[in-house]
Amino acid sequence: MKGDWLKIALVVLVVAVIALVLVMVLGRSGQTEPEVLRVATTTSLDDTGLWDYLEDIFEERYDVDLQITAKGTGMALELGMNGDVDAVTVHDPAQEATFVANGYGVEAEGFNATRIPWAYNYFIIVGPEDDPARIGGRNLTPEEAFQRMQQVGEDVPEAVKFISRGDNSGTHGKEKAIWASAGYNYTTGIVGNGTADGWYVEAGTGMGATLVMADELMAYTLTDKGTFLAYQGDLDLVPLVDTGDILLNVYRVIICKNGGNPEMANNLVNFLRAPDIQALIAGFGVPDYGEPLFYLHHPEICG
Amino acid sequence: MTEIWEGLTRAVGLLISFDPEVLEIAGRSLRISGTACLLASLICLPLGSSIHFHHFRGKRVLINIIQTLFSVPTVVIGLFLLVLFSRAGPLGELGILFTPAAMVIGQMILITPLLLGLTISALSGVSKETVDTATSLGASGFQTIWLVLREARYAVLAAVIMGFGRAISEVGCALMVGGNIKGATRIITTAISLEAGKGELELAIALGIILLFLALVINIVLNRLQQR
Repeated sequence: MKGDWLKIALVVLVVAVIALVLVMVLGRSGQTEPEVLRVATTTSLDDTGLWDYLEDIFEERYDVDLQITAKGTGMALELGMNGDVDAVTVHDPAQEATFVANGYGVEAEGFNATRIPWAYNYFIIVGPEDDPARIGGRNLTPEEAFQRMQQVGEDVPEAVKFISRGDNSGTHGKEKAIWASAGYNYTTGIVGNGTADGWYVEAGTGMGATLVMADELMAYTLTDKGTFLAYQGDLDLVPLVDTGDILLNVYRVIICKNGGNPEMANNLVNFLRAPDIQALIAGFGVPDYGEPLFYLHHPEICG
Repeated sequence: MTEIWEGLTRAVGLLISFDPEVLEIAGRSLRISGTACLLASLICLPLGSSIHFHHFRGKRVLINIIQTLFSVPTVVIGLFLLVLFSRAGPLGELGILFTPAAMVIGQMILITPLLLGLTISALSGVSKETVDTATSLGASGFQTIWLVLREARYAVLAAVIMGFGRAISEVGCALMVGGNIKGATRIITTAISLEAGKGELELAIALGIILLFLALVINIVLNRLQQR
């Protein structure tokens, strides 16, 4: 009888291997399918619906299956580093610079650069209408506003809360930059003390989800203007601070060196900077929200 | 609270109108989980029987490990496969990251402990006399296994149904290893996660109701089989 059990185990092993091979072969029938370009994008570009808008146009123009996966900038660059995506569209200058310095980016043909800006907007600080920390309408710089939120939040965490993306996204990077510019040690002063005091909340979710959370908790948060406009109808949050050089938010595209399709990735770069597409980007959302969610690339502003 | 009622009406609306995007993700959910369940069953039913009948040292320990693995978080399986199938990883050449194939493999890994453990339980319910009688009448190993599986078919099918349920309801693995790509790897559960994250609670609830409805239909079909 013992021999039979061994035979069965062998049969099972063979079935398992055949099954796995079948699954992988069937899942990869690449010959009859169109070419694929994979792009990892920051969530704020996805949540606004811009990618949905541009996807069909790109696919038709270049006869390719454009596959967009939305992750935080940190994860998007990780995927780019491993070559699991062919290009990334992100908005964190510090992380982008590291990515390129480590050699994971490829210069785009005709642009003489690896990080190609293609649109920009601004970050804004939003919060509850009654503004318990009193940061709105007083011409505060973003740094001063952050200081007030920390000071009042420390005293009255029940009334004043700040929701951080907490996920190494471009927005999170900007938030950290503002805290640094305002003179704080982010790790100990803000995350450490802030969480302990109860006013600093790390969400760990995408921009849309973070806005929803801030709305529910009647808290402050930093958001890019595009996503905020797209969600404004459903939220009670209002913009409170929207001026300051530090709030500039530039979206850039980087071709990934380890990616599988550098040629099509180059096409994507050309596409995003093409005059007709730039016009579409500039007009995106205007009929629905009354103002543009994104602005065209401008060399003086975007660099 | 109105979201739940509105979700229900939205679900009915989406189903009746055969909304193309919903049909697409529903079809994909069924295909992926169905395939994973079928393949895992083909492996686990014989293997589970084999473990049940064979007495070997460490059998108790093995069963303990199998039952412990019931609790593996789906996202952990997803992370493991992400690293494994990444182009920078050992199996990167296969190029199946961000494809349904990887999601099928993930769900197979997820439900294998469940199917193994429940098959072993199901077979334990068959009386020893049946096995002894079969052996004494000259049944080979294969024939005995087949006989006992048939005796326990009700419980075994319940195990398969549970495996399917676990597969079609999971989010973490599909999200990690599939990437929730519209038109390629988006399934009902990852879509629910996305829509809920965007604050579209009504749509998220509607999708959840549709998933349950699909599970109900499948269960009715499988129950018919169970009774034959």
